[in-house]
Amino acid sequence: MSVQGVAQAQNVRKLDYQKLLAPAVLVVMYAFFAIFGNNFFSSYTLKTILESAYYTGLMSFGITFVIITGGIDLSIGTNMMCSAIIGGVAFSMWGWPLWLALCLVPLVGVMFGVLNGILVAKAKLPPFIATLGMMLVTQGFGSIVSRVQTQRYPTIGTENEWFKTVFYRTGNFPTGALYLLTAFLIAAFVLNKTRFGRYVYAIGSNEEATRLSGVKVDKFKILAYAVCGLFAGIGGILYAATYTTAIPGTGNGLETYAIAAVIIGGTSMAGGSGTMVGTLIGIFIMAVLKAGLASLGLQAHWQTFFTGIVVIGAVLMDNVRVRAAQKVKVKT
Amino acid sequence: MSQQNEVLVRMTGIHKYFPGVHALNDVQFELRAGEVHALVGENGAGKSTLMKVLTGIYEKDAGEIEVMGKPVEIRSTKDAQNLGISIVHQELNLLKDLTVAENVYIGRENMNGFLLDKKAQNKRAQEFLDRLNLNIKATQNVGRMTVAKQQMVEIAKALSYENTRILILDEPTAPLSDVEIDELFRFVRDMRSRGVGIIYISHRMGELKQISDRITVMRDGQYVDTVDTATTPIDEIIRMMVGRVIYEQPKTESHVATGAPVVLEVKNLRSRDVRDVSFQLKKGEILGLAGLVGAGRTEVGRLISGADKRDGGEIYVNGKLADIQSPCDAVELGIGYLSEDRRRYGLCLGLSVANNIALTKLDSFTQGIAVNDRQIKSTAREYREKMDIRTPSVDTLVRSLSGGNQQKVVVSKWLVRNCDVLIFDEPTRGIDVGAKSEIYKLMHSLIEEGKSIIMISSEMPELLRMADRILVMCEGEKTGELGIEEATQEKIMALAAPQV
Repeated sequence: MSVQGVAQAQNVRKLDYQKLLAPAVLVVMYAFFAIFGNNFFSSYTLKTILESAYYTGLMSFGITFVIITGGIDLSIGTNMMCSAIIGGVAFSMWGWPLWLALCLVPLVGVMFGVLNGILVAKAKLPPFIATLGMMLVTQGFGSIVSRVQTQRYPTIGTENEWFKTVFYRTGNFPTGALYLLTAFLIAAFVLNKTRFGRYVYAIGSNEEATRLSGVKVDKFKILAYAVCGLFAGIGGILYAATYTTAIPGTGNGLETYAIAAVIIGGTSMAGGSGTMVGTLIGIFIMAVLKAGLASLGLQAHWQTFFTGIVVIGAVLMDNVRVRAAQKVKVKT
Repeated sequence: MSQQNEVLVRMTGIHKYFPGVHALNDVQFELRAGEVHALVGENGAGKSTLMKVLTGIYEKDAGEIEVMGKPVEIRSTKDAQNLGISIVHQELNLLKDLTVAENVYIGRENMNGFLLDKKAQNKRAQEFLDRLNLNIKATQNVGRMTVAKQQMVEIAKALSYENTRILILDEPTAPLSDVEIDELFRFVRDMRSRGVGIIYISHRMGELKQISDRITVMRDGQYVDTVDTATTPIDEIIRMMVGRVIYEQPKTESHVATGAPVVLEVKNLRSRDVRDVSFQLKKGEILGLAGLVGAGRTEVGRLISGADKRDGGEIYVNGKLADIQSPCDAVELGIGYLSEDRRRYGLCLGLSVANNIALTKLDSFTQGIAVNDRQIKSTAREYREKMDIRTPSVDTLVRSLSGGNQQKVVVSKWLVRNCDVLIFDEPTRGIDVGAKSEIYKLMHSLIEEGKSIIMISSEMPELLRMADRILVMCEGEKTGELGIEEATQEKIMALAAPQV
């Protein structure tokens, strides 16, 4: 029993270190830029960091579910853009009231999510292939529906200026952050506390064993992709609120940042493990990096470069972590 | 077989231990040049382990091996290859998209500087195949050939190593039709006449008479005897395989109450590996499913539990026709399947003990939309006590538990679900003796609670001890049904062994 006790104590201690790693990286990075960056340590920069996390954050929360099931969704970036474009089309070309057009945006996201889910769960396509195809489909679909017209959302000083204030910023208050926080709380609750969330982990850990336990694995996999699409769709609203325009033919590449945030947050690409808190921290590591490098006077291409380095570093760490976890054996 | 023939292999006093198991206990074996020497025994008798020791896959813990009169140490498959020992496994290891020549000489290609010299290689391969009197074209794609031909390519590949004198064939006829078997046997006899020593592993008793010169019998990791095939009747060999030692007290009569209702009935169950299997399971009964590996027992279990789709046949649960299309349907009807491969099919290794136990019944641990973790954990703790699962806590990941404890987690997860029919597939495989009797006790207590069990097992003493009735399968078919009063190991073996 004493042997077990020791093994367990070591186990717990190791896990604690792992949990602290990502937050520690975030704090160290923030401190680094605060010392060396130009005007980095200010409430203004803090707000910039927060605001740059809105739509990426939403995508990251959604795809965390898919990645924990052991899958991947490469279509979230273009799905988000497509949703935003179609909402814009409904508003400006079809003459829908803005609130109704905004309701349509998440629905488009869910639709493509469900399609992904069916392709993966029912048609048994590898997630990489199915969602790679869907990435092109969504990108093309947005262009087709909008006839390649850039979609403009209302901005401050126009008739529907409430759109900006409700979804982006009211005076100095970052209203978008409320959505980010709410989305995080809901996503964390769903992942940790619902039956669906528990099955997400089980499927990622051992899909066949889960199926043999009488779980309708197909249904829950489709649900995971649908949730992912839903979050991408809501991300579409926040994207439109951030940039005002949604441009057909764009959106691809945005998924890489969302996926990177999830990986940095410690979710394993092999499935079966990961947390929403980790994803949230991953999102802010990316956002701090972006703002921080800018404060050092480094331009966007430097940001791209360093983001890549961080992602590779995070995956290397993930590998070390997995190997360490497999070494821990309780002797009985 | 004349006694003067050169001895190719002599293994003496071989011991091999695995954690908790004495897999080989003082085993001896001898192979002469120009003989086909059959190695027989029940599943788990130690045949494969012995061959793995000879081919360097396992290292022996004690004993001597001589090859062609010289003592040798075989530490790797490379060592075995260098000594002229080749094995053809039951599952063929050919690359289906490559040609015969490419397969035979893989890793030893004919080169022309940096480039492959296909022409020379094809020529060399064709000459070699012709020398073996095989009617096979070197340039043909292996994937397009029949299984029998593929097997011959595999054997040819083994013989193409210049020094090969010792050839091990592991269940070579399992996938073959009768005509193909004849073809294979002609080839094997031809090899024998060329002075190759052949170790022949097979479950098919009839075949041994046709092809082998001598037979060595193993049982429970021990050497029993070596006999001349010509002078020994098959019955005698079966008797030696089964042995007289019965280490568990067998049941003498069925414990099922007379007039107990039928809880599960299967009619003409059919799939790729199962042919028209029908049987009934009564309430409170342990129905043993006996047979050799590959007889279709696991497949029957998987069909009933919805893990695989059946091609035909009906399943009745409590007298009502059940439409089982998925494991979910089966679980709803109270049928639980405990796989022999618990790591692959039974457990989510990366999840905690509590979450694994709750997996079959998460709905009832859910209140409103939230999962009640406190209830899950207290239930898990209850089962930890009841089943004596040795784990530091119910939050521990299942990955870090030992095999026996993992098995207890699997059983717990079906008990939580309260299934009425439990299919135990090799429930004691890879489990030490102490844990075995715990599993037996548990099965008895389940029966007392009114559950019914289908027990698939390759260990006949275990079946004779536990089952009320034993159904024997062979090559996908049900070959017999024995009441426990009449069942003996010999009778089971006779029904389980394919007749050729």
